[in-house]
Amino acid sequence: MTSKTYLEAIRDAQYEEMKRDPVVFVMGEDVESNMFGTFSGLQDEFGKDRVRNTPICESGMTGLAIGAAMVGMRPIVDYTMSPFLYPAVDQIFSMAAKTRYLYGGQGGVPMVMRSNMIYGNGNAAQHSDRPFSMFATMPGLNIMVPSNAYDMKGLLKTAIRNNDPVMSFEDAALWSSKSEIPDEEYLIPFGVAEVKRVGEDVTVFAVGAMVALALAAAEELAREGVSCEVIDPRTISPLDREGILKSVRKTGRFVAVDSSFEMCSVASEVCALVAEQAFWDLRGPVRRVATANTHIPFAQSMEQQLYPSMEKVIDAVRYVLD
Amino acid sequence: MQQNLPRETLIEMYRRMMRIRLFEDCAEEVHRNGEIRGSLHTSHGQEAEIVGACMALRIDDYMVGNHRSHGHPIGKGAKLDALMAELLARETGVCRGKGGSMHLADFSVGSLGETSIVGSGLPVAAGAALGAKMQGSDRVSLCFFGDGASNEGTFHEAINMAANWQLPAIFLCENNGYAVSTPIATTAAVPNIADRAPGYGIPGVVVDGQDIIAVYEVVSEAVRRARAGEGPTLVEAKTYRYLDHAANMGRDLGYRTAEEIDEWRKRDPLLLFSRRLINELGVSADDLGKVDAEVADEVSASLEFARSSPFPPSVDAFSDVYGDRLANA
Repeated sequence: MTSKTYLEAIRDAQYEEMKRDPVVFVMGEDVESNMFGTFSGLQDEFGKDRVRNTPICESGMTGLAIGAAMVGMRPIVDYTMSPFLYPAVDQIFSMAAKTRYLYGGQGGVPMVMRSNMIYGNGNAAQHSDRPFSMFATMPGLNIMVPSNAYDMKGLLKTAIRNNDPVMSFEDAALWSSKSEIPDEEYLIPFGVAEVKRVGEDVTVFAVGAMVALALAAAEELAREGVSCEVIDPRTISPLDREGILKSVRKTGRFVAVDSSFEMCSVASEVCALVAEQAFWDLRGPVRRVATANTHIPFAQSMEQQLYPSMEKVIDAVRYVLD
Repeated sequence: MQQNLPRETLIEMYRRMMRIRLFEDCAEEVHRNGEIRGSLHTSHGQEAEIVGACMALRIDDYMVGNHRSHGHPIGKGAKLDALMAELLARETGVCRGKGGSMHLADFSVGSLGETSIVGSGLPVAAGAALGAKMQGSDRVSLCFFGDGASNEGTFHEAINMAANWQLPAIFLCENNGYAVSTPIATTAAVPNIADRAPGYGIPGVVVDGQDIIAVYEVVSEAVRRARAGEGPTLVEAKTYRYLDHAANMGRDLGYRTAEEIDEWRKRDPLLLFSRRLINELGVSADDLGKVDAEVADEVSASLEFARSSPFPPSVDAFSDVYGDRLANA
């Protein structure tokens, strides 16, 4: 076991998969300069062909990756920040997500689209989105939102071997967080939620960096004698619906914590799931803790209140227990 | 160069053009009587640029089309049965009834797909060229796109990247004069789309899109450059579509005159080429008549095949969204 950060886990997953399979390569804006530290040593080891800078053209670089993937390559595209995905949405939705389907299964698009979510830092509305829920509305995409370094590495290695497009949403709040990483190889399957804390009274579903908030809230609530079960979906597409329902059938209460805007969020989706399929197991109303439906403002005095917080999670748990 | 082309190649060129013409005649008629759902964009009048370009490629080269692309897989050598069955939404369709007219693809002949969002195919075609180059193969990738697509941002992004990385790509602009109903002259400040090529540091060539041999020669040179590692070429084929933007729209949008269409029909690519074959290249009218009859039979057989094929079962709506989604679970 070695203690590694979330960023090191990303780097190691890419390194190991590039070592393992010569068709894997990375491309994106400023990948050669290793901006956030996820490409350390990769160009020295694999050369400029497989660690390639692109111009600033998100739509074009996405399309090039799709075409390369269709003829046998496995590109990993780095978008720096997740709102930079937006210029590429036509390519992601119309091409990457739909190619296998539209052409009747003649081929797929094995590519990974990596982007960071940097919010809560005074970067204002255009730079601070957490758009994974929006992308999850589109069939054909796989979407991972890892909550710690261990999951990051195992999920990203699975993503690179996946035969369909995968979007990896990487929360900058977790960059320096550390996990004990086994020295031997491991993969984490998609569509399998993990119970991060076992509990009896309430199920707290949490995505990405919200898992840490949920765990902190659970710790606080435990002092009051409230036992929270914290469940992390790890991938939101595929979503482990059975895993969520199993937990809520045990606890009878449900809170969903998600950094997305509340409207059409993963939190909304899982609350609907629980209300539809576990209604008779519920002993109280379901509750969402998501980001308020307004744009992200620059001033801290306005920004910070909008996101989920430990206090909001605690309040929500108390509400559903009432 | 046409003197050096073997007779069977010339006949094959004619045959593929006639296949496209009769396939689309048939499709348009069947669409009119309601047997084909959705939009149907035909390329009547554009057959020479399609076949001239496709025949400059090898069967293992890649090709990406657009919404007006029945002809592209046919030009590349695809069999008609599965294409017609796709238009009629049958299980035996080349895309198993999931794509239809605007999304034909036949990977077996290198046709990586039509794509119906204007301009979306350019970067994908460049990406296939990137893949070929990274794999050390000598395959090239050709993208067909219209004059309308040349105003999309993807045109700029794809050609810039392909030029910068010297990718084995050929960007073939099928300039039929109109983006749906809007004349290209009103949306571009240069007389030729190919004039933009120097801005990317690549050659740009304008060619008469009604002359199959001229297109074949120009694209062959672009293919030679691409295979030799000299990078992409922008080719602009000046051409024309006779029918409406989409077949059986049922409304004259009034953007062009009947006289204009008649003028272009005088330079019909099949007419021009059959004359040339007979007058200059020693092919007899009987030989061509035989080809016409064979192609007509092929098209009829494809319609019969499509009509006798079942529709896909409703459960197939849920297949091929993903491949082996949980393969690593």
